[in-house]
Amino acid sequence: MSEKLSHSTYRMTGRPSLRSFAAVVGKKEGEGPLGPCFDQVFEDTTLGMETWEKAESQLQKEAVSLALKKAELLNSQIDVLFAGDLLNQCIGSSFGLRELNIPFVGLYGACSTMAESLALASLFADNRLADHAMAVTSSHFASAERQFRFPLEYGGVRTPTAQWTVTGSGAAVVSADGEGPYVRGVTLGRIQDMGINDINNMGAAMAPAAASTIKQYLMDTGTRPQDYDGIYTGDLGMVGSELLLQLLSREDVNLEGVHQDCGLLIFDRERQDVHAGGSGCGCSGSVLCGHILPRLREGSLKNVLFIATGALMSPTSMQQGETIPSIAHLVHLSREP
Amino acid sequence: MELFIDCLKAFLVGGALCAIGQVFIDYTKLTPARILVSYVVAGVILGALGLYQPLVDWAGAGATVPLTGFGYNLARGVKEALAADGLLGALKGGLTAASAGIAAAIFCGLLVALVSRPKDKS
Amino acid sequence: MNISKQEYGELTKKASPNSKSYITIPSAFLVGGLICVIGQLLFALYRRMGMIPMDASTLVSITLVAASAVLTGLNVYDNIAKFGGAGTLVPITGFANAVVSPALEFKSEGFVLGLGAKLFIIAGPVIVYGVSASILYGAILFCIRLFQ
Repeated sequence: MSEKLSHSTYRMTGRPSLRSFAAVVGKKEGEGPLGPCFDQVFEDTTLGMETWEKAESQLQKEAVSLALKKAELLNSQIDVLFAGDLLNQCIGSSFGLRELNIPFVGLYGACSTMAESLALASLFADNRLADHAMAVTSSHFASAERQFRFPLEYGGVRTPTAQWTVTGSGAAVVSADGEGPYVRGVTLGRIQDMGINDINNMGAAMAPAAASTIKQYLMDTGTRPQDYDGIYTGDLGMVGSELLLQLLSREDVNLEGVHQDCGLLIFDRERQDVHAGGSGCGCSGSVLCGHILPRLREGSLKNVLFIATGALMSPTSMQQGETIPSIAHLVHLSREP
Repeated sequence: MELFIDCLKAFLVGGALCAIGQVFIDYTKLTPARILVSYVVAGVILGALGLYQPLVDWAGAGATVPLTGFGYNLARGVKEALAADGLLGALKGGLTAASAGIAAAIFCGLLVALVSRPKDKS
Repeated sequence: MNISKQEYGELTKKASPNSKSYITIPSAFLVGGLICVIGQLLFALYRRMGMIPMDASTLVSITLVAASAVLTGLNVYDNIAKFGGAGTLVPITGFANAVVSPALEFKSEGFVLGLGAKLFIIAGPVIVYGVSASILYGAILFCIRLFQ
């Protein structure tokens, strides 16, 4: 049974193992620095669908089928599937996965969903509630744009702190045992709100959540940042990453040299004109499943913290002038059990 | 030559009105929609005070093409209709003066939407 | 976290880059100015065709609105706007783009409740406050004239 280390941190006592993982992305992500890492790049980001919402659902469907195929598992062998996305009522997930006939738990953690779903799947697998559990998430630039910002053809101006929603999906199968990479521990984040209300500066809104969750895990496990090969945050982007380092250095935690951000890895900021970096559930989802996990499996990474961050606002809350609450969940992954 | 000078005036005034808008975007938290609303209302007020007319006389399209010109047009329409129809003109004048632009935008929006679809950005 | 909201707000301000105004303001000037020049040339053309100034001016607006609508439909206007910034926002072409782009975008929710209802989702406030301001002006003007 998973051991509860603190109010929010659990240590895995079994060997929950990432049996398989798959990442699919759109054209722009395929042209980025991580392009060759992804299992599939869709040059046509409509995926042949008539709406952007359907296109996003299709992304999730593709990622799940690929992960199942790699795992050599049938739908009926998956005991539970945790999934979420950014769209209202999470229709990206529920519509994309409605035909799978797998017990489904829909989640909303905004861009933190990859870590949230992976943490829950790991807990289920570690406690033998599931032999095989899945974690899935996605985002699509066009569907996010029309829900949260402006119509695609509107000539709105993006500020330098704005981030670019990734078109992509990541899916992972966690089994109760296997050959790794393994999940060693998880920290479920607490909502933080430091009063940021600029929807074009989500990195700044989410950095305190990442800082609090990382600090919590290090404290609960008695480890230092230098004990890890990499500490990967989800989509803080350039502004959020800078703020995270500053916040943690005030707490005497130095991430210098080990910190990486999925939102900065997936795009070439200057060449691809994405301002402060990538964002969206699919950002951390596709980078985890296409870049981090494969490197853990081949052994070039051994010990990693993955912290996906989410901004929990809605268009309604923004228009009502509310500040942006944010959350970060952490999953500790390693080559060895 | 006269056309060139007219164009130069239009360029200077129109460009300046847009540059002011860019200052709002860069240095304030105003969203584009709020900036547009401010421009139109500013146009109505300046038109009402008679301050916009000289700009239109001098710069032509440089003053009428930016959205302040739309506001000016609303004010001018109200003023003219008021003279002709009395108080009823206060209600009729604005939209009458602006009707062509608004109707064109509505109809073009419908037509274009019928034949085109939005494209993803990359 | 051991930091006040106010302190964090200041940290954020420091970490957030500003717009490169030395580029954005001149390009807004240039693009916006050029759109007005096109308007002026059209005006001259319509005048030469024998129209009175009032009609020529109205037709200039219509032409610019139509051109902007076509460019929006061809998925081009947003690319010009990336460079032009407020230069493409402030002219009447920006108003047209604000009407046409949601029409395109929300067509997928149907012709009535999607396209029809959401057409003015961005540009609507311009008409609401512009027309209201003009009515207010009319009422004030009417009162003034009563006492003259």
